[in-house]
Amino acid sequence: MADATLDATVGHVDPDDTSSLQTIELTVNGQTHTLTLEPNVVLLDALRERLNLTGAKKGCDHGQCGACTVVIDGRAMNSCLLLAALAEGQDITTIEGLADEDGTLHPIQQAFLEHDAYQCGYCTAGQMMMATSILNDKDIAKDPASIKEAMSGNICRCGAYKNILDAVQSAHRTIEGA
Amino acid sequence: MQSFELIRPESVKDAIGAQSERSAFIGGGTTLVDLMKLGVMQPDHVVDTNRLGLDEIEALDDGRLKIGARVSNSRLAIDARVERDYPVLSQALLSGASTGLRNMATTAGNVMQRTRCPYFRDPAKPCNKREPGTGCSAMDGINRNHAVLGTSEHCIATHPSDMCVAMAAIGATVVVEGRKGTREIPFEDFHLLPGDHPEREHDLRSDELITHVVLDAPLEGAVSTYLKLRDRASYEFALASCAAIVTLEGTKVTAARIALGGVATKPWRAVDAEAALVGEEATAKMFEQVALLAFQRAMPLEHNAFKVELGQQAIARALRDAVQQASQGEHQ
Repeated sequence: MADATLDATVGHVDPDDTSSLQTIELTVNGQTHTLTLEPNVVLLDALRERLNLTGAKKGCDHGQCGACTVVIDGRAMNSCLLLAALAEGQDITTIEGLADEDGTLHPIQQAFLEHDAYQCGYCTAGQMMMATSILNDKDIAKDPASIKEAMSGNICRCGAYKNILDAVQSAHRTIEGA
Repeated sequence: MQSFELIRPESVKDAIGAQSERSAFIGGGTTLVDLMKLGVMQPDHVVDTNRLGLDEIEALDDGRLKIGARVSNSRLAIDARVERDYPVLSQALLSGASTGLRNMATTAGNVMQRTRCPYFRDPAKPCNKREPGTGCSAMDGINRNHAVLGTSEHCIATHPSDMCVAMAAIGATVVVEGRKGTREIPFEDFHLLPGDHPEREHDLRSDELITHVVLDAPLEGAVSTYLKLRDRASYEFALASCAAIVTLEGTKVTAARIALGGVATKPWRAVDAEAALVGEEATAKMFEQVALLAFQRAMPLEHNAFKVELGQQAIARALRDAVQQASQGEHQ
């Protein structure tokens, strides 16, 4: 079974030794999944390798780039540094869960399209997840300086920052006007 | 990452019972998971603290503020009581890391945050902190980011926290619980100087868990600021930072708390500078003079000598910014 190989890759353990495996439930984009995995699996790997949700990206794998950002109980977090087991019982939203079920894009997705707020796109899912949590956070001001400060943990190697900022401000106006 | 057993206790007592020499507590995991991936920390057991409660912020009758170990850096920074009574702490927290990391990072985890010394973070390099007796690679290496205060011949690693610098200035107590009961450790005694044992970073026994940090009552009428100087404007560790809290009577300083980050091996209270400032006129010239005192015993190395002057400027500027608030009628 292909999954067994994946388990071994993700957990870096002998696939025949199942002694430390644990079963957890993760609620991702409204769906609850039961997973059996090694305790050292981080949420990012569980999402990508086990649930095939590959929108969240592995950039630095050390909390330095923000490409893995997902939203957990309304707050953006670096899924590369979060043990999957510790996310049990919480509402996890990934980029795959951002648009409406009928395909209508979230205002931040629409704004990224309209403002051409990406080049290679590798950081984009993380940028948008961080942006959505900031837009929902009443404690973060929405002036350019505050948005830049709040999003400074999301690195864009292409340097699309100007358009990202434009997109976030535009989405803010859309949401406020709605 | 090496595998480990994940233990998820539901009470502080069970968490302490599960703790051993070969285990580590996990809060948000922003330091521990990072260092486990690097192979720098390799616990056999990871004891999860996320089911222990310890997530309240409580005002005590004596004017102090009791912060649960698990309160996130984000939440602490925007707590109305912290913003009102300890704005320097709020500023320090918000200057640290990124939004995502602050959402994960906990109060106790930040107290236990480990150094960013690149030689400590690389298991292929000798490091007395990671492997006692192997030598210090930073001493003759690229030591631009390293400490000039509180160093020893065995370790010059900088303490990386911003939050702890503000807490050092405010004054605080670390409340810990172990098999023999609870203990209160003054914040200034919690982190240890490297000395001959850089592997010992704090006064926590192997069975003890931080349950709370209690901030001293705020100084009445004080003004304060946290100034952080770094290579880029956001999402970067301090090269030098200063938390300054002062009270004034007219133009004279009546009390001063000055703590430094980015330049020392632990959150650093500049007591000589504080003592020299009390009773003096709050002038830019005086701030520059006392700033010199804070670095009298600095031990700069090949690449970090600039931190002496930068740290002095951080103190002088932080004091100036704080006092400017007083003249504008803004308190603390």
